Amino acid sequence: MTKRMFIQGNEAVGWGALYGGCDAFFGYPITPQNEVTQWFAREFPKRGKVFLQSQSEVGSINMLFGGAAAGFRVMTSTSSPGWGLMQETISHCVAAEVPCVIVLVQRGGPGSGSIRHAQMDYITATRGGGPGGYKNIVLAPASAQEIHNLIQLGFHLADKYRNPTVILTDGILGQVSESVDVQTIDFGPLKQKDWALRGRENQKDGKSRIINSAVGILPLPPYPDYISWLRHIEEKFQEMENAELRYEMYEAEDAELILVAYGYTARVSKEAVNMCRAEGLKVGLIRPITLWPFPYDIIKEKACQGCKFLVIEDSLGLMIQDVRISVEGRTDVHLIGILDRHIPTDGGMIMPVRVIEEIKRLL
Amino acid sequence: MKKKVCGNPRIWKDPPGAAMYCPGCQHPVIHRIISDVLEDMGIDGKAICVLGVGCHAFVQVSWDLDILSCAHGRALDSGTAVKRLNPDAIVFTVQGDGDCIGIGAGAFIGAMTRGEKITTIMYNNTNYGTTGGQLAPTTLIGQKTTTTPNGRDAAMEGYPVHTAELAATFRGTVYSARGSLHNAANYQRTKKYVKTAFQKQIDGVGFSFVEVLSACPPNWHLSPTECLKRIEEEIIAEFPLGEFKKDDGTGI
Ligand SMILES: Cc1ncc(C[n+]2csc(CCOP(=O)(O)OP(=O)(O)O)c2C)c(N)n1
Repeated sequence: MTKRMFIQGNEAVGWGALYGGCDAFFGYPITPQNEVTQWFAREFPKRGKVFLQSQSEVGSINMLFGGAAAGFRVMTSTSSPGWGLMQETISHCVAAEVPCVIVLVQRGGPGSGSIRHAQMDYITATRGGGPGGYKNIVLAPASAQEIHNLIQLGFHLADKYRNPTVILTDGILGQVSESVDVQTIDFGPLKQKDWALRGRENQKDGKSRIINSAVGILPLPPYPDYISWLRHIEEKFQEMENAELRYEMYEAEDAELILVAYGYTARVSKEAVNMCRAEGLKVGLIRPITLWPFPYDIIKEKACQGCKFLVIEDSLGLMIQDVRISVEGRTDVHLIGILDRHIPTDGGMIMPVRVIEEIKRLL
Repeated sequence: MKKKVCGNPRIWKDPPGAAMYCPGCQHPVIHRIISDVLEDMGIDGKAICVLGVGCHAFVQVSWDLDILSCAHGRALDSGTAVKRLNPDAIVFTVQGDGDCIGIGAGAFIGAMTRGEKITTIMYNNTNYGTTGGQLAPTTLIGQKTTTTPNGRDAAMEGYPVHTAELAATFRGTVYSARGSLHNAANYQRTKKYVKTAFQKQIDGVGFSFVEVLSACPPNWHLSPTECLKRIEEEIIAEFPLGEFKKDDGTGI
């Protein structure tokens, strides 16, 4: 059943989680995602689901580790300083193959930075900021509706691969209110979680289970040693990379200049593309929906066709590195970044006018 | 009715993981007590053991139980979620002193603040066994460790933490005790503490905690017998044995 609601992006996280079958939320307050935690505190207990405010972000993410190991759909949300604290255990979740969903509503960094919107956690989100060089699927919505939808996809992909999924939003998307169609999305069947911990007598086969992130110290069946287990997770990363790439192409067919942007700056960029197209300028947009895996090949293809690139990113330049990797030096890659906001304060935004100015300079 | 009078606990896999421990280490003795208590109380089938990182965690190769092995210090955070989502499970953490009240202090205090219905057994060997006998929160004043080569100096490294006494100050804690294994009477007493702690969880009244003194011959540079003497003469003077709190969750 579909319900249409006028809600904030941060609330769309809650509705998406509820309709996506989330069992528990563990979180710790931080701006600009407080509406998320508050939504779960209000809506989950009355539905018989678990909400718990932990003593820290380290607490929240380790609660996810436990709840997911017990076979439940669990999630947390945080903003940049809290994200920093969660890195260690996200790595443990990957190692122990414990699926969970982490929502990161980015704010300005580094350090405590600002409490306002920014896009400054791209690298730690896509490269795995914790120990050991692991991979997570990173989904980057650009509207409240997409937040609602991608949270549900996030749970599906987490369970499918037994790996954490990250939903990367930002302070603008979190605060903006939009109409959202709220409903359960069917992504097809998943395997039973027969690996989960329930207590030996509650297992169908009556056998005990171990979940451990130190596979290199105490190898776990079915992996006889560290290297065979590493091979297994590497194959899984490959599979995710091959099967889960998602992106949107907008007016890119005949474009001479292509904007690359995700999240709120993708909305800004789309507006700029529309305005430029109205003036007959050949501009398009590639919007990665998954930031990992990243649409390297499609950007490379466009570079081979002779397109120039302009990255619109509310940071000092992070995703631009992936665009540079994609074009392999064939063409210049330009940046409209956080220093190009229309007013030089932490509340300023990158606006279409500034993007259009740059487009005209480059074309 | 048949009563078992000897033999290995039923959750001990063959070969028992005691083989992983140094001669004279008492960690496997604590594992044995927990195994016997789970069997006596008939709760091993619904137990979920949540482990820290340290020598204590090697028990995972010995136990036929559902086991979650966590990041260093985080067992009580993960255990919290396991228990909240599975209220009928018996959830207990096995942790070293470093894991529980060193790196894991935040998780420990969080769990007690909330009165999580979990049981924690903390193995106190007054040092970090696994990584080579470094300073622990429980290291005695004057005790030499690899990171306090001249002995722990209170002015430099502070004072030993009395974890069982600390736990007893939390309203969410309904049971807190400290036991030792340096003789048969204390072995039996410690076993009683562990049993009481699990009973509190079954009663659903709050957090229950047992600290057990554990010998570490290689890092103390003492023979197993000398270790027992050290526990009796030195360590108990700093860490007295007994029950520090026993209530029914009403705060009485
Ligand atoms: C984040 C992190 N820091 C440090 C370590 C290294 N480490 C492994 S075990 C351990 C100490 C364990 O001491 P304790 O909890 O007292 O247990 P014991 O080995 O004495 O049983 C340390 C510091 C680690 N594994 N992870």
